[in-house]
Parts: sequence; C-alpha cells; structure tokens
Amino acid sequence: MKSRSKALVAGMATFGIIASLAACTSGGGATGKVELRVATFPPGADAAAYEAFAVQEAQFEKLNPDIDIVGMEYLWTGPTFAVQLAGGTLPDVFTVPFTDTKTLLENGQLMDVTKEVSDLGYADKFNPIILDGVKDGDGNIYGFPRQAYAMGLHYNRELFEAAGLDPDSPPTTWDEVRADAKAIADATGKAGFMTMTTGNTGGWQLTAQTVAHGGRTVIDNADGTFTAQLDNPGTTAAVDFLKAARWEDNSMGSNFLLDWTGINQEFAAGNIGMYTSGSDVYTALVRDFSLDPDVYGLTVVPTDGEDPGTLGGGDVAVMSPAIDDATKAAGVKWIDWYYMQKLLNKDAAITDAEALVASDQAVGTPVLPVLDKATYDQQQEWLAPYVNVPRDQMQGFFDGIFDQKPVAESKGKTQQVYALLDTVIQTVLTDQNADVDALLKKANTDAQALLDSK
Amino acid sequence: MTILTTRKRKRTPATWLRGGGLWNLVFVAPMLVVFGVFSWSPIVQSFVMSFQKTNLITAHWVGLDNFVNVLSDPLLGTALINTLYFAVLALLFGFPLPILLAVLMSEVKRGKGVYSALAYLPVVIPPVIAVLLWKFFYDASPTGVFNTIISWAGIPPQPWIQNAMSAMPSLVLEATWAGAGGSIIIYLAALLSVPPELYDAAEVDGASIWRKIWHVTLPQLRGVIFIMLILQVIATSQVFLEPFLFTAGGPANATITVLLLIYRYAFQNSLGGNYGEATALSVMLALFLAALSFVYFKLTERWSNN
Repeated sequence: MKSRSKALVAGMATFGIIASLAACTSGGGATGKVELRVATFPPGADAAAYEAFAVQEAQFEKLNPDIDIVGMEYLWTGPTFAVQLAGGTLPDVFTVPFTDTKTLLENGQLMDVTKEVSDLGYADKFNPIILDGVKDGDGNIYGFPRQAYAMGLHYNRELFEAAGLDPDSPPTTWDEVRADAKAIADATGKAGFMTMTTGNTGGWQLTAQTVAHGGRTVIDNADGTFTAQLDNPGTTAAVDFLKAARWEDNSMGSNFLLDWTGINQEFAAGNIGMYTSGSDVYTALVRDFSLDPDVYGLTVVPTDGEDPGTLGGGDVAVMSPAIDDATKAAGVKWIDWYYMQKLLNKDAAITDAEALVASDQAVGTPVLPVLDKATYDQQQEWLAPYVNVPRDQMQGFFDGIFDQKPVAESKGKTQQVYALLDTVIQTVLTDQNADVDALLKKANTDAQALLDSK
Repeated sequence: MTILTTRKRKRTPATWLRGGGLWNLVFVAPMLVVFGVFSWSPIVQSFVMSFQKTNLITAHWVGLDNFVNVLSDPLLGTALINTLYFAVLALLFGFPLPILLAVLMSEVKRGKGVYSALAYLPVVIPPVIAVLLWKFFYDASPTGVFNTIISWAGIPPQPWIQNAMSAMPSLVLEATWAGAGGSIIIYLAALLSVPPELYDAAEVDGASIWRKIWHVTLPQLRGVIFIMLILQVIATSQVFLEPFLFTAGGPANATITVLLLIYRYAFQNSLGGNYGEATALSVMLALFLAALSFVYFKLTERWSNN
C-alpha cells in the first residue's frame, strides 16, 4: 500500500513535468481567425499608450474580421532578438533599426516582402536612400521603412534658465555648446553636456558628432570592402571637445558610463543639460521616462568642418521569417494599416492621430520623411490640428534640420566599430592623460582589421 | 568440507523488475527529465555549437575556427587579466574575512543570532538590487553616499567605478559584502563541530586566543576551507553580474571579464550572430575550471583526509 502510494506520487510528478513541458510547445488559436502577434511598446510604457493601441486594434479588427491582433510588449535589443526568434517568442511583426537590418538580412532573419511592397503600389514613393537599407544584393526588399530621424541636440530648458541662459536661444556652434555646458555645470552642479558611452551607443554618438564636425568614420568602397578612418579630423575634433568639456571645464558630471536608457533616465531626471540623440526620442522620454514636456528643448546639432551633416537613422517594420503564408499576409495588412497608411492617407492619418490624442500620446514628434518630401509635407498638414507636443520648444530643430545634409550610418561591422569607439570615449572621460591621437589610431587599426575579416 | 561458491546472479529484465527497478526509474524520472531538458541538453548543445557558425535557426560546421578567433582576439588577454585580478582581490579580501568574522562571532556569548542575521542580510537582498544600491552609493559626485562619508575624514571625492584604476577594487568590495554572509554561516556551522575539549586542552596548556585559532580552529576547519576556496575560485572565474551591471565592462575595458566577453560575443556586437565564438570560449573556460578543480583536489586530498 505504502509503495503504491509512493509510486502514485512519483507517477503524478512525472506526468506533471512531462505535461508542463508539452504545454510549453503547444499553442495556436481555435477561433478560426489568423492570430497575428504584433509589437506594441517597450516595457515601462504607460497605460494610456495601451489604451490608444486597444482602440487601433479594434479599428483594424473591424476592417479585417478574419485577423486576431495580439499585442506584445517589445523592445528591440540585439541580445534578445536572436533568442526570441529561435524560441518562437518574437512578435510576428516588429520593428528594427536601420543600422541592423543589413546584418539581420545577411543572417537570414527577416522575411522577404518584395512582392507585397510592390503590390501595395507605393514602392516608388519611398526615399530611395532609405529603401536601399532594406534591400539585399539582388534588390529584394525585406521590410517597410516606417520612421526616420536625424540627430538632434536635446536640452533641458529649466537648467538653461537656472544657469541664466535663454532656453529659446539654444547653442548654434560647438563653442556655444561648451560655454553653455560650463555655465549650467557651474550654476547647478549638474552635467552641462553628456554623451552616451556604453553598449555601443558611445560609438554611435561619437559617429554622429564626427559627422557634425564634417568627418566620416568608415568609408564604403562600394565593392563590398570598407576603409576605416576613425582618426579623421572630425572624430578628433569631437573627442577633443569631450576632453576639454570634461577636464578643462568639468561640465560633464560624474557618471561616465551611460547607455541610451541611462542617459534618457538622467536627462528626464534633470541631471543633464544637453545631449545628442535621435530627434524622435521625445516620445520615449515622455512615455517611458516620465519627462516633464515643459522642460524639454530640441535644436539641431551644430555643424562645422568641410562636409558636415546629420547622422540619420530610423526603423523598419519587418516580419519574422518563421511565420506561415497566412500570417505573413495578415502581417502585411497590419503593417500597411498601422504603420504606412497614416503616412499616405488623410483619413488614416487623422484616425491614428485622434486615437493617440485621446490617450494623451505624442503626436508631432520630430521625424524625417521615409517617403518623398511632398507626401511628408502633406501628412504634416493633416496632423497639424492634432499636434500635442511642444513644437515651439523644438523650433531650433525644425528651422535648421532641412538645411543639414543627411548622412546614413555605415553598414560595415557597424556595431563592432561602435564598440571600439566606446572604449575611446570612456578612456578620454575617465583618464585625464589620455592621448586622443594614439587612442584613435589604435581604434582605427582595430576597426580596419575587423572590416577586413569575414 | 563445504566449498562456498559465490555464483554471480544473472540479471534479467525480470529480476530488474522484481528488484524494484521500475519504481526506481519512476522516482528518478522527474529529476532526469528536468536536468536533461534544462541542464544537460544545453551543455551538450553549447559544446556542439562551439564548432558551428549559427544564428540559432541555421548552422554550419566551421571546425576549430571559433576557437582560433577567440584565441586571437586582443580583448581575450584583457579579459583574462581582469578576471584574474578580480579573483586575486576577491581571494585576498573576500576569502579570509568570512573566516575571521565567523571565528570572532563564535566567540560571542550573547546575541549570536543577531550577528548571524546581520551578516546574512546582504545575501537575502537580490543581487541585482544590491548592485543598483551600491551603484547609487558609488556616485562619484561630492554628494555621493561614500564620498560624503569619506569627506568627514577629509578625504576628497573618489571616482569609484568611474575610473579604470579604482573600478575593479570597487566591484570586489561590493562582491565581498554580498557574498560574505553565506560563507560566514557555513563557517559558523563548521565551528560547531569542533570538539570543545580541544579548546579546553589548549587552555590548560596556556594557549592564547590566537594560538587556539591557529592550532585548533583552523586545522579543524581545513576541509571546509578547502571546499570554500575552490568554490570561490570557480565563482570568481565566472564573475559577470558586477561588471555587467556596474560598468558594462568599462571604463575602457578595465572591468571586462571572461564571462562578460562571452556575453558580448553572443549578444552585443553582432546581433546574436556569434554564438559559436561565445560557446567556444565557454567550453574553454569550463575545461580550464574542471582541470583546475581536479588538480586542486588531487593536491589537497591528503590534507583534507587528515
């Protein structure tokens, strides 16, 4: 009897484990509808964002009764992407940054949507430079570019005022940035200027600052090879600026290990006066980092040097290569409706804006056109009555951005080269005796070795 | 005369069944399934992956390429030196401290439970929370917690984790604080097994407290100390949490460790395309630690048995 009950317990335990393991692999809906898992917002987004999404989800499902939309919290990160893809936990439709599309494409991690883009009839409306970023060597298209940004100089109006500066006259040269940063640091004890430094974001921002100084870090030779020139005068000027602000002015605070999330948190908390980042970060700052919109200011990154520009970027709506044809078809409908039609169609743009405004979500965040300029201008006109972001506090950006030359990120081992530049920035900000020329020379040698490797 | 012969009994499925083999299997099955799925299978898979180039969906064999690439990476040397530096610092400060504290606490006559609870408290705090707390303490501005405290003694603000020289010792300090409690509890338990008559005999011989510790306590703790030492060496060789959360390997790679380098191979630099190199370095680290443990146990076998 005793051994029987023991056996029963053991048997139930075994069954339980096997059943729960089996449950891990089961899935699928029984409604007869195509279940489409789509990316929504990064973790930490406020409830109102989800309310707006629920409205849009209902609108789409009404138009497409055979599709069941399942929203999934999603934040693009390199570490989790491949694992989620392999584990089947990635949404069917999600977004990835321009920078990473080429690598994902080479890894076979994106769905081919050439025919779908062509069938929808707006392939020729895309900005060709942007569309090129999602094409492989044979011209096949692997995603829908849906949003682009330029680099901007974000600043805290409250800290400007505290330092006796006019927040409506943000700096227009790098010398003014340095002077204002020092004024803020002296008056408030906060970091007047800071830049990202870790997780490859330091390299990303140093590249942006290089472009603003007229330099380029990597040259695409258009034959599949790349030439590193990390020790160019633009990068040297950018690093010299950081070194002077850090060690001569002491205007960069005391935390020199910040990534994208870290610097946004510090900025939203009022600990940073100015920093450079994508012009579209306002939405995340308010939605995910609780920034008070009243203290926010945005202007263009100052430019100098021989051939200056603004480093551009953005993201692409893509689909997992692991989904079946029915899900793919549903995914294309969703991308077209959720991401693209609001750029092309007045009714769609207004419906989208109304849903966002009703939930107090940002409408009018500064972005750049992914389609042609005429379509973009028209969309801005449709949205004008619904804009709820403080665009007057972003006037410096709107006034100057279309005069700056857009420069795309390099496609040659982008993230690895950024990692090398992270080290340069961290050294310069933490070692007073750092030799900028020697650091850049070494980084350049390492970058070329990387670019030459397969 | 009777000749005793031990005839070997033939084992058949029937004898296995009669001997309770099936029930044994049923009892062991949950453990086999859980370990097989969540532990052994990933170990075997990572060994296989170390010879492949894979994006977790498709894979092809590349022979020893991953191992060659890892060994020719200039960052590997930095990571090895940093890991060794962390291990040595942790050994110098983190290893003797719990023994000392446990011995001192065992001498306390009243309130031993309170001291034990206080010592164990850091272990109860989730490691990530502890690191985030210490990150706050390590604020390098003059108003940072530690900088405020040292300013009372007239010491100027220190950069702590914001400087290549002081970053690693700062990480070790937190790791020692976080890990000491667990070790103290183990040593305290071991101290209970030391026969009190040994102390009585030593006292009769007129031994001072330090001679009692040196000649009675430490020899009696020898076995536990050896085990704790190898566990600490293995743990410090795999240090990841502190450099990952405190400094992300910075400033300027001053705190990049072997495990953090594995993480970077796998996740940071190539959108997850470099699992082969990550697993190759993992396999090398595992083999090194296995060999180290083997040599260590062989060397200390005689002492431990004594």
